[in-house]
Amino acid sequence: MSTPYAKLPAWADYGLIPLINLFVAFVVAGFVVLLVGENPLRAAVILVEGAFGKGTGIAFTLFYATTFIFTGLSVAVAAHCGLFNIGTEGQAYIAGLGIAVVCLSFDTTLPWWLTFPLAIVAAAVVGALWALIPAYLQAKRGSHIVITTIMFNFIAASIMVYLLVGPLKPAASQAPQTRNFFAGAELPKLNWIIELFGAKIRSAPLNISFLLALAMAFLVWLLIWRTKLGYEMRTYGHSPKAARYAGISETRIIITAMMISGALAGMMALNPVMGDQHNVAIDFVSGAGFVGIAVALMGRLHPVGIVLAAILFGMLYQGGAELAFEMPAISRDMIVIIQGLVILFAGALEHMFRPYIQALFASFNPRSVGMEAIKGKGA
Amino acid sequence: MDVFNAIVQTLDSTIRLSVPLLLACLAGLYSERAGIFDIGLEGKMLVGAFAGAAAASVFHSAFLGLGMAILISVAFAMIHGFASITHRGNQIVSGVAINFIAAGSTIILGQAWFQQGGRTPALQPGERFEAIIWPGADAIHDVPIIGPIYAELLSGHSILVYLAFLMVPFTWWVLFRTRFGLRLRAVGENPAAVDTAGISVAWLRYRALICTGILTGIAGAYLSMVQNGGFVKDMTAGKGYIALAALIFAKWKPVNAMFACLLFGFLDALSIRLQGSPLPIIGKVPVQFMQALPYILTVILLAGFIGKAIPPRAGGVPYVKER
Repeated sequence: MSTPYAKLPAWADYGLIPLINLFVAFVVAGFVVLLVGENPLRAAVILVEGAFGKGTGIAFTLFYATTFIFTGLSVAVAAHCGLFNIGTEGQAYIAGLGIAVVCLSFDTTLPWWLTFPLAIVAAAVVGALWALIPAYLQAKRGSHIVITTIMFNFIAASIMVYLLVGPLKPAASQAPQTRNFFAGAELPKLNWIIELFGAKIRSAPLNISFLLALAMAFLVWLLIWRTKLGYEMRTYGHSPKAARYAGISETRIIITAMMISGALAGMMALNPVMGDQHNVAIDFVSGAGFVGIAVALMGRLHPVGIVLAAILFGMLYQGGAELAFEMPAISRDMIVIIQGLVILFAGALEHMFRPYIQALFASFNPRSVGMEAIKGKGA
Repeated sequence: MDVFNAIVQTLDSTIRLSVPLLLACLAGLYSERAGIFDIGLEGKMLVGAFAGAAAASVFHSAFLGLGMAILISVAFAMIHGFASITHRGNQIVSGVAINFIAAGSTIILGQAWFQQGGRTPALQPGERFEAIIWPGADAIHDVPIIGPIYAELLSGHSILVYLAFLMVPFTWWVLFRTRFGLRLRAVGENPAAVDTAGISVAWLRYRALICTGILTGIAGAYLSMVQNGGFVKDMTAGKGYIALAALIFAKWKPVNAMFACLLFGFLDALSIRLQGSPLPIIGKVPVQFMQALPYILTVILLAGFIGKAIPPRAGGVPYVKER
């Protein structure tokens, strides 16, 4: 089949087009702000100042970004294999169960640096197992992964609600959550790094799982572009037929990719559970899995892009909280709209501006888009 | 007699709870049969619910509310079409985007316009669809067996309930007995053949999405103007996804869709009715299990253990003319 679009230079493909898409998403969001009767430019200033103006703001921005790096990587790994893992939300939620078991068992006996690796393993394993069933059904039974992972989100939510209002809740408590963890399951804060630069931080939940997230971003890059498995995943993602012809086992590659994706989703739970709340509460994921879709699309499925996009969304979450404080008409639900618009323009409509940009490039330099130069003109 | 009354009441609430599912499920049927996956049913229902309740309370007319619900819902369906038909974007991504935009904008606009924490003002009589009492329902009510069935189960629903159930044979007729329906099914199976016959694939798919928008709009209006006297944030609460599950469960057939929605509605009604009281033999069933049951059943069906659900062949694939 012919590709409908000619090639653009890499910097335009990976830099310019995402920026244009993002810009359009924000312009439309600006219209919503206008509709609500506020000044969009002032809203943008408050948002950016709230996210980066003070040390505490930066720490919160990076705390949210940590969560989104994990979920963004999770969506991206599956997407490289041509699978749309919409179940990141549920995989992260159910992973809270694994973390709860580890933390509740060891938080009084072990120090944090022993609990943390155990919790990482528990979260990754539970997340991966929750992704295993949809993956198996896709590979062996041909049931659509999007539908099964959506269903599994709801099933995960039901299980967690059942456990958190029942067996996992301390008898004396009314709140649907586990008991608070002791010091052995509290992750150390990273705020001192920002304080090194002279900024003051009152209290912010930025913790060591931020470093874990960055390490995972590097490992995902290594996996996708530097290993045989990653190559096979990308091959399958581009053309399942070609992969089959090359002797790549469809079942193995789908299940492996989805389990890695589920493990990354599961690790997301470490950040809010062990780094901030110190308990497992109902709905602690609160949509971060879906933000991962926006982050992965925004970051063009590349770990560097994902880290940048995650920081952008971290900024929206932190700045959005400040904005809701300054402009009561714009609650944090504004972020949900922006998120939707980013998914629409950077995801579903990613090719909308491409023909115009190509025409623009072609008019300056035909060779840059792979066309022959017009005879008698240019070299 | 108490047992019988309890059964009638449960069935009555089954009908009430199935209606939004049924309308959304039939909505999904039109688009998926035309080859457009639509996981944005949830979002379109939500904007429909909001637009309906908002317009009804501002203009003091239930029918204006319904019209606005349909209009806005169709507009959102057109965004989905613009992204996935005209620009050949990923249909799942576009659906996810619509769900988010709907969830956020209904709350933001609701708060800005009505200042009631994202709610719309409570609808007054005349602004919502009232129950229609069938002739003689009161007179016959005390007759054993027939009385409660006639007076409670059949009579006493709003016009949208009857409309929803009438949509089932109508949809069947449209899809299987009209030229439009034949072409719509063809475009979902083999768009190239439709194109070769000189029929516009894009226009046909747009028309299917307009049908989807109309039905999700009615579903939303039902939620905010019949079941509830106004819009409450996130009031669809996953019904769009259950409708999607029902659509798969029904193997993309209208009459099956009705039974699937009635089944899922029944599970919902039962879980509300039981609320922790123990069942004979099985004992106490957690509410959460009942709530998860539609999803579990759908997964089992998808796994091919209860027959096989085969989606329309061209579903999810944007159509590109050979060049």
